[in-house]
Amino acid sequence: MLETLLPILIFSALALAAIGAMRRIRLWRQGRPAQVDLLRGLAAMPRRYLVDLHHVVARDKVMSNTHVATAGGFVAAAALMILVHGLGLANPILGGLLLAASATMFVGSCFVARRRRNPPARLSKGPWMRLPKSLMAFSLGTFLITLPTLGILPAGLSQVMGHWILALALAAVLVWGLGEMFFGMTWGGPMKHAFAGALHLAFHRRAERFGGGRSSGLKALNLDDPEAKLGVEKPADFTWNQLLGFDACVQCGRCEAVCPAFAAGQPLNPKKLIQDMVVGLAGGSDAHYAGSPYPGQPVGDHAGSPDGPIVLSPTGHEGKALVDAETLWSCTTCRACVEECPMMIEHVDAIVDMRRHLTLERGQTPNKGAEVLDNLIATDNPGGFDPGSRLHWAADLNLPLMADVQQAEVLLWLGDGAFDMRNQRTLRALIKILHAAEVEFAVLGTEERDSGDVARRLGDEATFQSLAKRNIATLAKYRFQRIVTCDPHSFHVLGNEYGELGGHYEVRHHSTFIAELYEAGRLAFAPWKGGGVTYHDPCYLGRYNGEFDAPRNVLKALGIEVKEMQRSGFRSRCCGGGGGAPITDIPGERRIPDMRMNDVKESGAELVAVGCPQCTAMLEGVVDATAEVRDIAELVADALVARPAASGDVRAPQPAAEEMTP
Amino acid sequence: MRPEEQGIDVAVLVSVGRHPITGRARRADQDARGLELALGLERQLPGSRVSLLHAGPCAEESEAALRGYLGMSAGTGLETLTLLEQAEGSDAIPALAEHLAAAPPQLVITGARAERGEGSGLLPYALAERLGWPLVNGLAAVEKIEKGVATLLQALPRGQRRRLKVRLPAIVSVDAAAPVARQSAFGPARRAGIEATPVPAEPDRELAAWQLAPARKRPKRLKIVKAASARERFKAAAAKAEGGGGQVLTDVTPEQGAEAILKLLKEEGVLPRG
Repeated sequence: MLETLLPILIFSALALAAIGAMRRIRLWRQGRPAQVDLLRGLAAMPRRYLVDLHHVVARDKVMSNTHVATAGGFVAAAALMILVHGLGLANPILGGLLLAASATMFVGSCFVARRRRNPPARLSKGPWMRLPKSLMAFSLGTFLITLPTLGILPAGLSQVMGHWILALALAAVLVWGLGEMFFGMTWGGPMKHAFAGALHLAFHRRAERFGGGRSSGLKALNLDDPEAKLGVEKPADFTWNQLLGFDACVQCGRCEAVCPAFAAGQPLNPKKLIQDMVVGLAGGSDAHYAGSPYPGQPVGDHAGSPDGPIVLSPTGHEGKALVDAETLWSCTTCRACVEECPMMIEHVDAIVDMRRHLTLERGQTPNKGAEVLDNLIATDNPGGFDPGSRLHWAADLNLPLMADVQQAEVLLWLGDGAFDMRNQRTLRALIKILHAAEVEFAVLGTEERDSGDVARRLGDEATFQSLAKRNIATLAKYRFQRIVTCDPHSFHVLGNEYGELGGHYEVRHHSTFIAELYEAGRLAFAPWKGGGVTYHDPCYLGRYNGEFDAPRNVLKALGIEVKEMQRSGFRSRCCGGGGGAPITDIPGERRIPDMRMNDVKESGAELVAVGCPQCTAMLEGVVDATAEVRDIAELVADALVARPAASGDVRAPQPAAEEMTP
Repeated sequence: MRPEEQGIDVAVLVSVGRHPITGRARRADQDARGLELALGLERQLPGSRVSLLHAGPCAEESEAALRGYLGMSAGTGLETLTLLEQAEGSDAIPALAEHLAAAPPQLVITGARAERGEGSGLLPYALAERLGWPLVNGLAAVEKIEKGVATLLQALPRGQRRRLKVRLPAIVSVDAAAPVARQSAFGPARRAGIEATPVPAEPDRELAAWQLAPARKRPKRLKIVKAASARERFKAAAAKAEGGGGQVLTDVTPEQGAEAILKLLKEEGVLPRG
């Protein structure tokens, strides 16, 4: 009886899955067109799934082994099941493989079940809680129906298996399993992540990220068409592959666990945001969401549709749309969520796309946002300072100007920190180092403008492009080998985002450049005599640009053994200063920099080395901090001693080396 | 619904502003506040129509600045700006007066003083005189408009407010006491239309004869504080700046008033004594 029932069951499940897939694809195709090489993407997909995705999943060893067993077992079992039971190829080899595959999957699903017994808060509950049972039903059912096919059951048991009640029970278990695994995969069950995820990896909007590449620069908004609506107003305004990406979310909540805004109690949870976009693309309310809410906001109040606005416009008065504007403005664009996402979903892109609409179309940048943008338009710096005073802090330094020298080995990009008295200390330190290493450098002086970082993260793409194009035109006038800057935001924008607008430069963060100078023997340091030091990775240097080693190498060269914080390197926690977050200033229960200084305290360090003016400002703003905040350049400048004589020009006797700490 | 409650026509006169530090053209602060007030009225009195009016040359720099006002139109009924196109240095007052008289709005809102050019702050007065409409300066809010009469809140120094009833049509000017202008958005600014109509230019001969120089801060009379104790010093610091020798003239003839003003100007050395 099972022999006749099985093919019917399998093929009807497959047919339903196909119908569901068509419906799902139609949902994604509501999005705007995107330039994607479909065939190449599909061809690259298995590698992206097995290698790139697995690398991220493998940060949690137990989970990655669980996933390999379960997913691998399922894919093999499903394929073999179609052959053996669907098409009736009762080959003993195929059957044996099917038994092995379903057994592997069963073992995997036991681990899935174990994780679901006391699930961490970041995991979504709801339908996800039944998934291990469904996985078990599928694997166990497949295993049991395969046994008689192969005839390896003892005769007596075979007869029992043939009994109609047992057959019916088995069929029921199998229907459950097939329903979850095939039907649920395309009709919106938890297994949707496998179907949408595979296609998302194939048609990812940043194909450069696969194979070890890095792609973190925001994509430029086309401003050529004056009639075009700018940014994303409604879910259908995303590109279709962005919608597909949202749909691929497995709700594992790794993003939630690392999000600084979520930890600070601001109304943002990256996982919920992606799920809200899924609600938007399918239409409906967020009442079925079974994970952690946006802090301070109950689940179930928001609803949306593909062609309804994501953020309610103020003229609409009462009610709520898909998300509140505060949610979008809470993000510091630290990219921790993107780095952590095993599905490689691009949260930050989506948030900036929606911010672009709020700023460019509605003029609703909150709090100081409008003022900062007006300043950038009128004075080319966010503080509204006289652009002519950009070099006032260096009046005594006689910095060579590009306009005078026309060419230099290094163009020192000062950044807007030139207007900030705290950052001027860092800049002075950096210039002392450059002088000590006899680097031939020059500055743009008053010709320099804001890089456009803040404008872009606040969604004002027009001001960003205006600033960028003028900066590119200025830079094109001069000849230099590389740009060095102590501001990771300028570093990132100049290095990764000006390219799309025609500016290609070799850019170095000052920590990288100092490390190079030291390795070349152009700097010598007195040994470190201070206390314990830890290092805070700036997001725009670390996660955005992968520079984790150079600052640590510099600290090592200074004789400092870094006491790493628990969250460091690519998992570093944001200082709260990125993405215009200090400007939009969305209230939370805690402050992000306070949490970070607490991390510093836990590391036991008395000093935290930083490499970013934003981080310096945010961390120094912490009241009652247990550690001092120093830029790497300041530490280096303080430790500078004359180089050991190379060509006879001894300037000073070697000091400090014999000095003892009291 | 009575016709009075069906909203009113508001014309906002806007100029090309000048950023105080960099001198770049921008939406003028006071004019933008005037538009903010008008857009607030549009929400307060459904059915109101706001129109933007500018008299001046049609150049790229000024257009970008004028579009700054149009960028405030997101979610409002405002879509275009009427540009009375004149050559640089023409007198804007006749052109504006003619345009306003041809299709009179109930309310004209303007900034108190332009940020470039003459910047004398006389335009609202000259317009009011030509049109024969009442003028209220330093407007802080429009409280209500009923049966052709507007209840206005006028800002006085030191945060004081005076409630006035004015029969429409009227001209009101706003300064820094009016609500801050909303953010200007790039998209609507770029899409909105500028309807240019050439108007006969009347060259401003007097202005042409003037010599223009960057404005200097007006000198402030020093306050001499003779205080012995901390309490007195605090009182002196917190007290209103007393005019001292001023006098309030009430119920005097225009001649007597003019006499008093002349006398003061001579005392202050603005006019030669004698």
